[in-house]
Order: sequence, then C-alpha cells, then structure tokens
Amino acid sequence: MNRTPTPVDTPPSSAWEELVTAALLGTERRTPPGGAPGREAPVALLDAAAVETVRRRAGLRPARAAGRPEPASEDPRPALPAAAARRLALLLADRPGTGGGGRRGTAPDLMELLPQWLAAANARGFAAPPQTLPALLDAARGRTDLRPAALAFAGPRAVWLARLNPDWRFALRATPGGGTALPQPEDPEAAEKTRRLWEEGLFAERVALLSAIRAREPAAARELLATTWSTERAEDRLMFLDSLRTGLGPRDEPFLEQALSDRSRNVRATAAELLSALPGSALAARMAVRAAACVAVDHTRDSPTITVEAPHECDASMERDGVVPKAPAGRGERSWWFGQLVEATPLGTWSARLGGRTPRQIVALPVTDDWQSELHAAWCRAAVRQRDPEWARALLGAPSAPEAGGPGAVSLAERAKLLGTLGAAERADWVAGFIAAHGLSEAFQLLGMCAVPWASPLGRAVVDALNIARDAGSYPWSFSGVMGLAERCLDPSEASRLNGLLAVPDEPEDASPGAGGYWAEAFQRLVTTLRLRAAMAEELGAV
Amino acid sequence: MVGSTFDVMTQQGVRWSADQVLALAPDTASRKAGSKLGAAGPWSGAGSSDEGAVWGLCKGSGSKPYQTVVDIADAAGPAYKCSCPSRKFPCKHALGLLLLWAGEDQAVPTGRAPDWAEQWMEGRRKRAEEKRTAGAPGSSSGSGDPEGARRRAERRAERITAGATELEQRLADLLRGGLASAEQAGYGVWEETAARMVDAQTPGLAARVRELGSIPSSGPGWPVRLLEECALLHLLDQGWLHREQLPDGLAATVRSRIGLPGTADGPPLRDRWLVLAQYDTADARLTTRRIWLYGADSDRTALLLSYGAVGRAPELALPVGLALDAEVSAYPGAGQLRTALGEQFAPPAPAVTRPRGMTTARAAARYGEALRADPWLDSVPVTLDRVIPIPDGDSWQLADADENAALPLAPAARARPGLWRLVALSGGAPVKVFGECGHRGFTPLTAWPQGAGEAVQLC
Repeated sequence: MNRTPTPVDTPPSSAWEELVTAALLGTERRTPPGGAPGREAPVALLDAAAVETVRRRAGLRPARAAGRPEPASEDPRPALPAAAARRLALLLADRPGTGGGGRRGTAPDLMELLPQWLAAANARGFAAPPQTLPALLDAARGRTDLRPAALAFAGPRAVWLARLNPDWRFALRATPGGGTALPQPEDPEAAEKTRRLWEEGLFAERVALLSAIRAREPAAARELLATTWSTERAEDRLMFLDSLRTGLGPRDEPFLEQALSDRSRNVRATAAELLSALPGSALAARMAVRAAACVAVDHTRDSPTITVEAPHECDASMERDGVVPKAPAGRGERSWWFGQLVEATPLGTWSARLGGRTPRQIVALPVTDDWQSELHAAWCRAAVRQRDPEWARALLGAPSAPEAGGPGAVSLAERAKLLGTLGAAERADWVAGFIAAHGLSEAFQLLGMCAVPWASPLGRAVVDALNIARDAGSYPWSFSGVMGLAERCLDPSEASRLNGLLAVPDEPEDASPGAGGYWAEAFQRLVTTLRLRAAMAEELGAV
Repeated sequence: MVGSTFDVMTQQGVRWSADQVLALAPDTASRKAGSKLGAAGPWSGAGSSDEGAVWGLCKGSGSKPYQTVVDIADAAGPAYKCSCPSRKFPCKHALGLLLLWAGEDQAVPTGRAPDWAEQWMEGRRKRAEEKRTAGAPGSSSGSGDPEGARRRAERRAERITAGATELEQRLADLLRGGLASAEQAGYGVWEETAARMVDAQTPGLAARVRELGSIPSSGPGWPVRLLEECALLHLLDQGWLHREQLPDGLAATVRSRIGLPGTADGPPLRDRWLVLAQYDTADARLTTRRIWLYGADSDRTALLLSYGAVGRAPELALPVGLALDAEVSAYPGAGQLRTALGEQFAPPAPAVTRPRGMTTARAAARYGEALRADPWLDSVPVTLDRVIPIPDGDSWQLADADENAALPLAPAARARPGLWRLVALSGGAPVKVFGECGHRGFTPLTAWPQGAGEAVQLC
C-alpha cells in the first residue's frame, strides 16, 4: 500500500510527521500542532493522533505493482488423479526428523516409499500438483538420491520456483544448462548458438551442452570438443573427456588415442580406460599381447593348469597405455601391473590363448602359485567394464556353490557388479538361488542389484528365508536391512502369502525373549507396506 | 422432530480428504503420529455408519487394542472417544482412523457399529437432545435474579471507568515525557499497567496495554506504531467514558473491545457456509482458533472464534473446503463479523463453491469503510480475484492481473511456508486468494487456482 513503515519513500503527511516528532520528544519540550482549547497538551496530541491514525488507515490505497515475473511455462502433462494427489500429500507430510525415532512398530515408513511413488508417477507422465512443489523441493533438498525423480516429476514450474528461492538453487544446478535454455536442434541458428555457448559459456553450461549433444549425436560432441581441446585447462579436459563415456564407440578411438599423450596423467588414465572398453581398439590389442605373454596353460601336470608369469617391469609404452606404475601400499608391484593388463584385455582373446576353451572352462582351470584370486578378480573387472554376460556368468558360478557364500575368489561386491551385466530375470534367479542356499546374512548387496518389484521366485526365496530366520529364534532387527528392502521391493501381490506370518508364534525354548512378537510386528509392517504400495500403484493407474 | 430430521440428513456421501483430517490435529507431533496410523496395518474391526460414526480397534503397545470412535456428523466439528491414555485431543488413534476412512480404503466398510461405539453415540445423541430441549424458548436463561445482575454490571462498569481514567492519566504522562523515554523504560512498566487493567476487569484494555510494551523493540518505525497504538487506546478509553453519547452500534463495539462479554443475539442467518480458513494463534495462556465462513447465498463473511487452554486444540474444528448448512448469529457491535454457530441442518460436506472476489483497490477501500464502524479494526476478510504474487525486494505483493495495483503482504505472512505454496500455485498466473487485508498489509489464508482445483490452505 502507499504507506510503509519507513516513511522514506512516502510523501510525508506533514501534520502526522509533526505529531510523531512531538510525541517522541514529549509535549513538555515540543508543543504539538493545533491543539484544542481546554484540553491538556498531551491529551490534545492523543486526540489528533487518533484522528490521524484512523484517517491514514482508511485512506490506504494499493501501491504500484513491482515487475511481474515471467510466468512459468505450461506443464502439458495430465493432472494427478485425486486419490494419488492425497497420497502424495501424506507421503510428503512424513518428513524425517519430525517425530520420535526408536522402534518402528507396525506403521509403514512413508518417506521410504516416496522414491517409488515418484518413479510410478513419472512413468505414467503425471504433472505434480503445483501446491505440493515446495514440500517436494524441500524433500529433494534433504535427500540427493531423490533429486532426479523429484525434479522430473516437479517439472518446469519447480525450476521457475527455484529461481525465486535460494533454498532450492540445487534444482537449477540439476537442470541441464543451470536453467538456461540449451540451443534446440530445430532452431535454425542452433549451430551458431552452440558455438557461442561452447566458446563463451560458464564451465557448468559447457559440460551441460557437451553432455546434451553427446546424448543426441556422439560424433558432433567429439568434434566440438576437438575444436578447443588444446586450449582447455587440465581439470576441464578431464571432465569433458568423461562425458564421452555416453555413446562410446569405435569412431572415438583416434581422439582417445591422441589423448593418451596428454600432459595430464589423469586425462591419460581416463583415455586409456575408455579405450580398453572398446575391444577393437589398438590399445586393447596391445594390452592383449602383453597380458597373453603372462598367462599360459601348463599341460605337463596331472590336469591342465594355468600358470602366471607377471611382468617384470612397467615400461614407458605400458605407462602410455594407462598402466599405473606405482602400486598401492601393501601390494606387490608385479601383481599390480599384471592385474591392470588383464583388466584392459578384451575377454574374447582368452579362449584362443587358452586352448579354445569356453569362459566357463577357463574359470574352472586351477591356477598355480596363488595367482587365482588376482587373475579372477581382474577378469571380473574386465567383464564389468566390457559388459560381457558370458564371462560374468562363468565368474559368478552356480549360486548354490559352497564358495559363493563364503570368502571365495570373487567378493560379494564383485558379484553384485557382475550381476549388473545380466538380464533382470537371470539376476533375480541367481540371487534367489543364492538366498536359498546361504540365507540372508550376505544377501543385502546382491538384493540391491535386482529389479523392483522382485520377480516371484526371488520374492518367495526372501520370504522363506525370513521365515527360517524367525524360526531360528533371533531378533528381526538383525535383518532390518533386508526387511526394509522387502517392504520397498517385494511384489505387492505377495502380500497374501504372508498372512500366516502375522500372528505371534509360540516361543521355542532357545528363542530370544519376545522375539516372536517383534517378528509378528515386522511382518505386519511388511504386509501393511505392501498393501499401501498396491493402493499407491492403483491410484496412479499403474496396475 | 428436529432430532429425526437430523438423523435422516447425516447420510455422508463424500469422505473427507487427508488434508482436512490432518487439519484436526492439535500439533505437529500428533499429525505425524496420526499419519503413521492412517494405514490398515494396526487396525481391525473398523467401520463407519450412515449416521456419521467411524470406529475401529487399534493395536497399541499393550495386549488389548484401543477402542476408537469418532462422530463426524456434528456440524460443530467431529467428536472423539478413544480408550488410550493420551491427553492429546484428538489423539493419534482418532486421526489415524479418520485418515484410514478418508483414504476410501476398503478397510473402513459401512456397517453396524459395535456395542461400545453405539453406546457412546447414543449418549451423545441423548445429550444433544436434552440441550436442544433446554435451550428451547420458554425455558428461562439467566440466573433469575435480574436485580442482582444489574447491580453486578453497574459495579463492573464503575471499575472499568476507574481503570480507563487511570490509563488516560498514564498515556498523558507518557506523551508529556515523550515516547523516546518509553524505549528506556522497557517492558515492566506496561506489564504493571496491564495488571492494573486486569484488576479493573477490562481484559480488552489489558491486552492492548501489553501489546504497547513490545512495540519499542519491534524494529525501525516503532515510534510511529507506538503513537498509533497509544492514540487508538486513548480513543477506546474515550469511547468508554462517553459511551452514553455514542450511537448504539458503536457503543456495542466499544463494550466488546473493552472486553465485556456479549451474547450472539443477532437474528439467525441460514446459509450454505463454506469454510474458508481455519488457523490458531497462541499466547502464554490461550490458544485462539479463528474460522472464516463464507455464505454462498448471502455473499457474507462470518467469523467463528473458539478457545482452548494452552497445549490443547480448541474444540471447534471445521476443515477448509467443507460447507455446512447452518444458522449463525452475530455478536453485538457495528460491523461485527464474529458470530456463533447456531442450528445445523446437515453435517459438513465437501463443496466446490468459491467466494466472490474483488480487486485490490476494492479490498483496500473495504478496509477503510469497515474502520467507520470499528476504528480499532486491524484487518477485514476479503477475497481477491485474479491476483499474482510478485516478489518485491525482500517482500511480496499480490498484484491485480489486469491493473497496475498491488497490496503488499503483511510482514508476518512473508515468513510462512504458505507463501511458497501460494507462489507455486500461481506460477506467475492469476489466482483467487482469500485473506485478511489491513493496515499491515495482506495476509493470505486460502487460494484457488485459475482453473478447476481444490482450495489450497496457506495458513
């Protein structure tokens, strides 16, 4: 309105100003203006001030409007169904830190369901109700893992809001181009705009631009990078080179080969790593020659055995191809070099080198002088890097094999990565077999690799294993990690299979006191959460 | 006959939304705890009846589940009963049960209430019936000693007159010495004066005096605000001392501002009253709940006030977005918006009605006009049509979409999370906003999007 508490920018009403001055100093020092006959000075001042106060308030008029912000761009997506919108409000109301922690009881952990709610809503292409955006942005601010899905769901209006509130600045960073529009391919001036942004843009804008072009036209991105490559700073070269990971192909080889002679060691290492992921590259062939010289089959023993002769030195050509000469503390340098050679060697070369054997046969061969774990670990890294399912299968072995559960040649972390190269169904089957044979205590990491919702054999294996764990008499919180995963990942249609587990069982003699009650509670929470997820999916029309 | 009509009309077609249920929670902890119980897991034997009862058994930490029952048919807000020991009201079980019911889950099917729930409902119905008969015309209200009541009122008026006279003296002393000295005097002087006004049985003056004490520390521009408040206090003193010469309406306003209790004896006005906003303010002693209603047919806005002791939610709760077919009666005083809820003809039900709106210029003028009847008024309830929230330096404005005019947001409204819900809802496009418009600026309370969509609470 026309009057603000600071009288600076308002046309001062002189009568009022004089009243305020007189009031501030006191009528003993300053005689107020006007003044009615027969009234004491302070009372006359109050009379006049009362009239003036009411007059000023009654005279308030709207002010001129400040600059209007550009409206948020239209969100063309359809609105959420009403029930789903209510559900979202409930999930967002369950913010961490707003209530006591402690035992979870039978109530579902709503905040943990937000990621899959967002995934389902995004899959169906619904628009976020605008009034929920502040709570969504606040949730994404606290949990970086939520950000991609939350911002995708929040849509263009969230970026518009983030420009107005510094608390949500992360939404601008997460948006390609930091919220500034990238040149669109259909724009007739796209080429010129791209060149200008590439040459004059901020680092973040340039990374965003390069990534966007790389996703669309890999060659164009590489050519753009080549125009300024020699003048970029070392840190920037590293970041730009990293963005070539997307859409990596044989046509990138000459550029990467040239980067092997880069001044910066980190740039050289990244270039070598990218080249080794291209099995047809010259670098891969050079590595294959080196690695093959170290590995052979010895037929003079009772059964064919792999012998390893690790390299004796790391020469300049090896170093140029990305081999790191200095071993980390506690590792022999020859085995360190050897591991790097095998890791960068195309897996396809081994069959020819080792007597035409299949990967499974090769992995089954004994290895002399304790080289097995070194060699298998390097093959695991190669299988993951080259995304080779056949080798991954061979290295994983049978899920029920005794060494799969214990500290074998291949660690759990490596197994989890190997699983990532297999199809979803095969992955689930392998993990189901693993749990059936070895129980749940080592399964957490492997379960994390499986597609959600869990395939039916996997879900059944988990529920059976939980049932066995309960009968063994331990407390459920020893399995809280798996239990939490099951709440989020088990197929809701499995809920009916859990009905038999909801009651408090008779306590066996050797059981931990009260464990039965806690298990019943944990299963109730599991079932409740599954029902809630089914309801969520139904509300979003995802069933 | 009234009773039977009531029973027939309580048929609930539409269930409430989760937001409307959560608005009943007495505090954030209860909201949170209630949301957790709003899923089928801990509940068994839940159900609802056409008469507006919702019941269920909730598994707690003990062996015996808690019996929870809610009567949602009462237009004065739901009533609750739960066998849990919680002193929160409503407790988390009642909230969880209503959430379950609101979720349109099959977990709360329509059916016959179990005996324990039915007994409680029966008791409530009987009490309501007794109250209705007792309040019927013919039965005498008041203590039956009109002469004694008159003498008591006279004695109180004398006390107030003495208090107002004393306060006039103190104000004159303050102005003689200057407001600058008030900055040094601090809070204690005003607390003592406020205590004298409590002794003089004038809570209205006491509250205003207490306010004075906080102004010198309220930041830049305090002398102007202190002078304004002193002047209005002086005006109220003078109004009381000369109340015989005032027109009846204004005299009633003065009596109500002084803190004399009034009875809502205005003619009952029946309408479809839409609940526009509900919010609580609390001081050290009391939680005050304000509920703004909008009469869809009369285009009138009415205020319901409800009080609760500290830490307890006031009993009356009307979730935003519901409408009730009911009568309200105004309290005495010119321009008085406060009413009391009278007879209700149907339980509250969700409604899509929106209040009629106006421009910012009209809203400012509306405040000015209202000051004529009540010069002590801080704000009036208005609905702005087609306004856009605009950032203005550190603050925000609500600007007319079609004119170059804007109302600034009140300072207190700038820090509330509701501001961002309003900004998000608008996205730079016009929205309809209900709120309070006064000399401090505009305080948005509820907003509606340009197209279809539910009311969004901002407070």
